[in-house]
Order: sequence, then structure tokens, then C-alpha cells
Amino acid sequence: MSTYVKPYDRRSRPRRVASNTCLVIAVFLLLLPLLWGIGTALKPEADAFDNKLSSFAYATEFGNFVTAWNYGPFGRFLVNGLIVAAGGTALTVSTSLLAGYGFARLHFRGREKLFFFYVATLVVPQQVLVVPMFFMMRDFGWINSYQGLIIPWAFSAFGVFLMRQFFRSIPLELEDAAKVDGAGHLMTFWRVMVPMVVPAIGVLGLFTFIAYWNSFLWPLILVNSRSLATVPLGLQFFETQQGYQWNLLMAGGTISLLPGLILAVVLQRYLSRGISLSGLGGR
Amino acid sequence: MSATVVPAATSPAQPLSLSRPRRRKRRDGRTAFFFLLPNAVGFLVFTLTPLVASLVLSLFVWPLTGKSSFVGFGNYVDLFSKDPSFRAAIVNTLYYVAAYVPLNVAVALGVALWLKGYSRSRRILRVIFFVPVLTPLVADAVVWSLILTTRNGLVDSVIHAIFGVQGPEWLSAPQWAMPSIIIVAVWQGFGYNMLLFTAGLHAIPETFYDAARIDGASRWRTFRSVTVPLLSPSLFFGIVLTVITSFQVFDLVYVLTDGGPGTSSTTIVYWLFEKGFNDYAMGYASAIAWVLFLIVIVITAVQMRLQRRWVFYES
Repeated sequence: MSTYVKPYDRRSRPRRVASNTCLVIAVFLLLLPLLWGIGTALKPEADAFDNKLSSFAYATEFGNFVTAWNYGPFGRFLVNGLIVAAGGTALTVSTSLLAGYGFARLHFRGREKLFFFYVATLVVPQQVLVVPMFFMMRDFGWINSYQGLIIPWAFSAFGVFLMRQFFRSIPLELEDAAKVDGAGHLMTFWRVMVPMVVPAIGVLGLFTFIAYWNSFLWPLILVNSRSLATVPLGLQFFETQQGYQWNLLMAGGTISLLPGLILAVVLQRYLSRGISLSGLGGR
Repeated sequence: MSATVVPAATSPAQPLSLSRPRRRKRRDGRTAFFFLLPNAVGFLVFTLTPLVASLVLSLFVWPLTGKSSFVGFGNYVDLFSKDPSFRAAIVNTLYYVAAYVPLNVAVALGVALWLKGYSRSRRILRVIFFVPVLTPLVADAVVWSLILTTRNGLVDSVIHAIFGVQGPEWLSAPQWAMPSIIIVAVWQGFGYNMLLFTAGLHAIPETFYDAARIDGASRWRTFRSVTVPLLSPSLFFGIVLTVITSFQVFDLVYVLTDGGPGTSSTTIVYWLFEKGFNDYAMGYASAIAWVLFLIVIVITAVQMRLQRRWVFYES
């Protein structure tokens, strides 16, 4: 008879049931605000504050999503948000890949000092930069522009840090083999190293995309035209003199959750590995 | 750092580079220059320049248009002597950080311990608990402001149904505005630390737990003497980052309470935004920014100092 018992089998049946019940309740409470928002999105406007569960039974106003899409126009905010988030992600990931490889694998004087300096700037809150950045955007003529929304935040030290950690965890032998075969740095980088850090690209891509997509303060400062508003900014336009149009607002809010959710489901297997490497320096 | 993968014999590239010809090393410098260039240029223009510029701006009275004048530390003196809203903003922000960070870490650690393991169901559950992190704070804020609406809101209805009393005015009572913001912030934000701690927990070798079990350690004892020390690098990293980001609280304040009622939920960044982009007092706003920056630096430095006391690094 085996004496080894798996940890999760040791719990008695009632305890397992209790634990699972707690879990179901926790998940329900966690998702309740989101479900409430989606439910309200499907109600007629007059019922937005009706809390009786029965009011959700008749929540079938799928037309709200169409109205929200055209109101604002929310479809436009969504497209703007996607352009900004995709552009910002592409720029951040590509420059971080290059610099991360440089810091991880190329030898040059002052490398560690320069890297330390990069990492130290992680402490700088974005808000310290926004006032001069606003002047800079004015001088560049980038107020109310995509490039003004994208470029200033695409050179974060975080991406460089994450990529360096990943590159350092790849065995040196692999790179040396490529060099023996006569590949130069660029070739080695592109053909050997980049394919090895696809999980890192996934993680950095996800976090960068979400950061751009959810960003509020900077668009609020930079953009004052509806035609360039991103989603969080656009949600503000559902407020009229009579207050918010709650059902439309919730419909817009629901739509705004989708890109993040889709990306998370697609990239979830990279998530914990990426977090453990960035968080713990490769432990 | 990369100890997990690089074999001990080839540790930090040093032996390898010795065997390389010297010319090779110099060429790396030029290659490195081109690899770093795209990021470094952007970093110089969009991080370092504004960082220095905001310090310079903070020494001026600098309106959006029109003449600026040098005032030395005048903005800073005004901030602390003539601006009660700013003092309120500092107190509120410290209140927020002091409540938010422990709550975030406790919930994140609790859920991480609860859901650790590799089974499919646990993996899916972790993604579900991570979902709020992915949602835009502004969208969360509008949903929550519906839920927290006085009398007609979900929370008040539940309180009324169970206890038969009227709930507080969550967002419009001075003493409840900040706690409401904190609750929403924890709900939205704990998922990141949860994944961070889960990764840390999975890195703890099972043998430590076996040893504790053989020694007859209680669950609490195991948690205190095995889990916490071995998880301390993750805990430390998570706490440091959470503190830095929580000092920057803005979105929720802007949408949920507008800093009110009065100044009861005005935070440092909210006040920075008001001064800079409503009153267009750009120099003054930069001074607020630098006070924020200095507070963050000091607190991070203190944490780095204290880490020797409780953070346990293997090897």
C-alpha cells in the first residue's frame, strides 16, 4: 500500500465541497460587477436602476449595442483605440527586443551601469512627465494625433527589462552554434533568438496593448476631438445634461472589455512564465 | 539571475569571452550601438528630457501661453503653505496607499494560495480572477458607480434587504468616498499580484512542504516558516511595484468622485491634473509632479533598505 497521498486528496469530502462552494461564490462575486454591467447594457433605459432580478429577465435590448456603436460614435473610438494600442504595441515590442538583446548578449563598456540606469527609471511615475510632454507635443504639432498618443510611451524601460531577462535565460550554446555557422549578430538575433522569446513577446504584447487600450490620463490631456478619442475617453461622451445614459454606457463598457479578454485567453499560457521572469529575475 | 537555465560551468559569459579574440569584443560595441539605438533615442527624448524639463518647469510660474517667470522654490513653498487642497491630496493619497497595498497583497496572496497548482480547472480559474486587470478602469468605474448609487444601487438594495437599514452614501459622503475607491481599485488590481505570487509559489520545491509535514508543522506554521520566506522575493517585488503604481491613482477618482465631495477624495495626481490642465498652471503642476516623484523615490529607497530584514534570496 502506498503511503504517498496527494495533497488535494487528503481533504475530507465535506471540506472539498465547502471549498468548492466558496470558490463558486467568490467567482460569482468577482464577476458580478461585469455581469451587472452587461445585464444593464441589455435593459431599456428606464429600467437601468431597477434592481429586481426580474428586470434582467426582460433585458433583451440587443439594439442598445447598435445604438451605442453609432452614438458618440463609439465604433470610431474603438477603431482609434485599436490603432493606438496596436501601433504602440508593435513599436514597444520591436524596440524592446532589440535593446533587450543588446543588454543581454552584447558586450560593451558600461553595459551594467547603463542597464541599471534604465531600470531605475521604472520608478518615475508617468504623471511626472505629462506636463513637459504636453509642451513637446504642442511644439511637434502632435496634439490630437495618433502619433502623439502612441510614440511618447513606446520606449518604456519595462519592456527592455523583460526582454533582457528572457534573452538571458536562453542557453549560450544555441547562439554560439549559430555563430559557428557563420551567422552575424543580426542574423543570430532574428533567426535564433527572437523565435526563442515568443512567450516574452506574448506577455509584453499583452501588457502593452492593455496599457494603451486602458490609458486615460494621456488621451484626456492630448485629445479634445471626438474623431480621435480612444475608448476610455469616449465613454465620457455618454454623459449628457441629463446625466449618463446608463444602458448605452454599459453597452460601450462591455464592448471595451472584449480585446483584453480575447488577448488574455489567447496568450494565457505565456502569462505566468512571463510574470515569473520579469518579477523574479529568472528564478 | 539566469541560474535556472545556464549550466553552472558557463556561468556569466566570462570564460567564453576570454577565449574570444579581442577584435570581436570591440565589434560588439558598434553592434550594440545599433541594437540599443531605437530604444535609447526614444528613451532620451520621451523619458529623460521631460523628466529634467519638469524639474526646470517647477521652478517657474509657467502659464500655457504668455510670459513665464522664474520663482525658484516658490511653487513648492506655495504648495505647502498656501494650498490646503494639496495637503488634503497628500493625506488622501497616503490613506489610499496605506489601505490599498495591504488589501491588494492580502487578497492576491490568498487567492494565489487557494488556486495554486497545475490542473486545468485551476489554470482557468486563475485567468478568470485575472479578468478585472484587463478591464479599462474607466469602464469599471462607471459600472461601479451604478452599483454604488445611493438607494437605487445594487449594494444599497442588498444592504436594505438584509439589514433593513439604508446604506451610506458611498460616493457622496466624505468619509465613504475614499473607501469606495479603494474597494473598486482592489477588485480591479489584485489579479496581477495574484499571478506573480502564483509563479513564486510554483517555484517553491515541494520537498520543503514534505519536510514541514514530517516535522508535524501546522498549516499556519508552514505558511510562516516555509511559504513566506521562500516567497519573499515575489512578495517584495509585488509590494514595491504596487506602492509605486498606487501613488498614481487617478482614473477612478476622476470618474467616480471628481475628487469630492469637497476635497475628501482628491489625490496628488488628481490635483496635478486640475492645476495643470484646468488652470493651466504648468509650473505649479510640475512642482506637484516632483513632490510625487520624491515621495515615491524615498518610499522605494526605504523598502530597498528594509528588504535585507525580511527578503530571503537563495544562494
